[in-house]
Amino acid sequence: MSLYADIAASHLRSRRRQTLVSLSGVVLGVAFFLAVSALMRGSERDFIARLVDTAPHVTISDEFRNTRQQPATVAYPGGAVSVKHVKPLAERRGIRQYKQKLAFIDAQPGVTAAPVLVGQAIFSFAGRDESVTLSGIVAARMKRVSSITEDIIAGSLEEIDRDHNGIIIGAGLAKKLSLSLGDTVSVVASQGNVRPMRIVGLFRTGNVRYDEGQTFAQIKRVQALMNRPNVANSIILRLDDAYRARDVATRLERKIGYKSVSWQEASEDILNTLLVRNIIMYSVVGAILLVASFGIYNVISTVVMEKTRDIAILKSMGFHARDVRRIFLIEGLIMGIAGSAVGALGGCGLMALIQRVVVKVPGQAEPIHLPVYWGADQFVLAVAFAMVSAVAAAYLPARKGGSVQPVDILRGAA
Amino acid sequence: MTADVIIAEGLTRKLTGEVPVTLVDDASLRIGRGEFVVIRGPSGSGKSSLLYLLGLLDRPTAGTLYFDGEDTSAIDEDRLADLRLQKLGFVFQFHFLLAEFSAFDNVLIPMRRLGRLPLQEQRQRAAKLLADLGLADHARKRPSQLSGGQRQRVAIARALANNPLVILADEPTGALDSKSSENVRAILHDLTRREHCSVIAVTHDITFAERADRRIDLVDGKIVNSVST
Repeated sequence: MSLYADIAASHLRSRRRQTLVSLSGVVLGVAFFLAVSALMRGSERDFIARLVDTAPHVTISDEFRNTRQQPATVAYPGGAVSVKHVKPLAERRGIRQYKQKLAFIDAQPGVTAAPVLVGQAIFSFAGRDESVTLSGIVAARMKRVSSITEDIIAGSLEEIDRDHNGIIIGAGLAKKLSLSLGDTVSVVASQGNVRPMRIVGLFRTGNVRYDEGQTFAQIKRVQALMNRPNVANSIILRLDDAYRARDVATRLERKIGYKSVSWQEASEDILNTLLVRNIIMYSVVGAILLVASFGIYNVISTVVMEKTRDIAILKSMGFHARDVRRIFLIEGLIMGIAGSAVGALGGCGLMALIQRVVVKVPGQAEPIHLPVYWGADQFVLAVAFAMVSAVAAAYLPARKGGSVQPVDILRGAA
Repeated sequence: MTADVIIAEGLTRKLTGEVPVTLVDDASLRIGRGEFVVIRGPSGSGKSSLLYLLGLLDRPTAGTLYFDGEDTSAIDEDRLADLRLQKLGFVFQFHFLLAEFSAFDNVLIPMRRLGRLPLQEQRQRAAKLLADLGLADHARKRPSQLSGGQRQRVAIARALANNPLVILADEPTGALDSKSSENVRAILHDLTRREHCSVIAVTHDITFAERADRRIDLVDGKIVNSVST
């Protein structure tokens, strides 16, 4: 060990109890930093993973991001005369020539797409009516862009291709209406068309609203039911790399013209909330470490006061002011390293404990284990924060120690 | 005597404040290599202040000090510290050993800081210095486990660690009993003969002064007498 580290360690040993108390502050700070960060980031990652898994990575809808400009405005931008109160062109809803657009999207690398016609319908069974969202899909394509097949608990998605009147509903809706596989229900479209449909599949995602309100049928059947032949009102995309969604959406919107929304854009408010939550979280746990650093400041200040005579002797021996500063900064460093090491172990223990906790989340059908993030980056962050706090806390006393004039002390001691 | 190690010309040290105080007033002196010089004077006469100036612990407000041929008035604090480390050793009235270190480790500290010798040689030298001063059996003891005389001998060993040109001693026997005092006196005297190390000692001890090559008497910060014995 270096001479400076030897002297620094001897100082800390001489104030053993105070050192341990201050050290425990750093240990608790690091441990709580890690536990809170792991829980927050774990829940964030879990949420985003669910979002990425369940929601489409990109949704192309039958809308335009900006309203169309009037021909006169296009022809004479900034003209002296403007046309007011013009009624916009009534457009037929749905994505025009969606099959060609689908073919274009299929040609893009790393992108899988499925057309969907979404509408509202009423389920009527045993005298009860329930409003649902009815999505017309192509089963083979839907399997590739959605995780719905993993959530099927009875029947299968392909059944809607074999039975054109087949419909797949959520377990929540089935329970609500006392329906089971093979039962026939009346489906009333918002256009007034009624068709008896047979339940050929049940799914359970764990999301109560989705399980009670979402249904799937073959796209052709839904087009017929809603009087919209050969129409899809959205195309949903799944990407090999979900985090490319924003770029892909922008590119497709430029090419196709229809509004293309990435999952990040669709969830921007939630992602912003998560960001704010992270800022609050890191501020709070950072404050814990900041408070702990006051303990370090206290110990090292006390040592500087107690060891003023030793500092004077060291300087009379030929130690430079920076040597003395280095000794006290090493003391901060020792506290930071020891506190971080023990705190990291304590943090791992807390994280393991938190991971064992099972909670029932509102909106989720199944109880879940609290999600904990074990990434190395948060350990690096916690240790870096602790080290910076410890060294910063040691800096002022170190500077004071370095400025001790040996003559002043020796005169007083003589 | 050989060439002068220290040449002081008109050294003055004043403390400014509401009531200015002159600690050392126009002191000029030379210290030869291997010379044993004792500075005497009544309390408050500026003996220790002169010693601190000669030991490069303090800077004069006027005058010039040459140490081993180098004008010290123009050099920075780091260079002064380096000169103290390489060429000076201090022994104070109270031993001022680091309480958490053993006698052996206390002696090692200046050598470790200088880093001129490999660690193994540093350890051998520390052991030899302690053995020469009769402390071979006490090397692993902490200062609190040693007697006053033993502590002062450890402090002398520490002062000698880097083979200095000059040892400055401020009342080195002031806190010792008569037997320990005689022991320390003999050791310091022997240093000048054996190691050709100059010793400048501030003392009230008459016996000490009788052993010196030269006595300097100080009154109110002024050198009033410088007598070779």
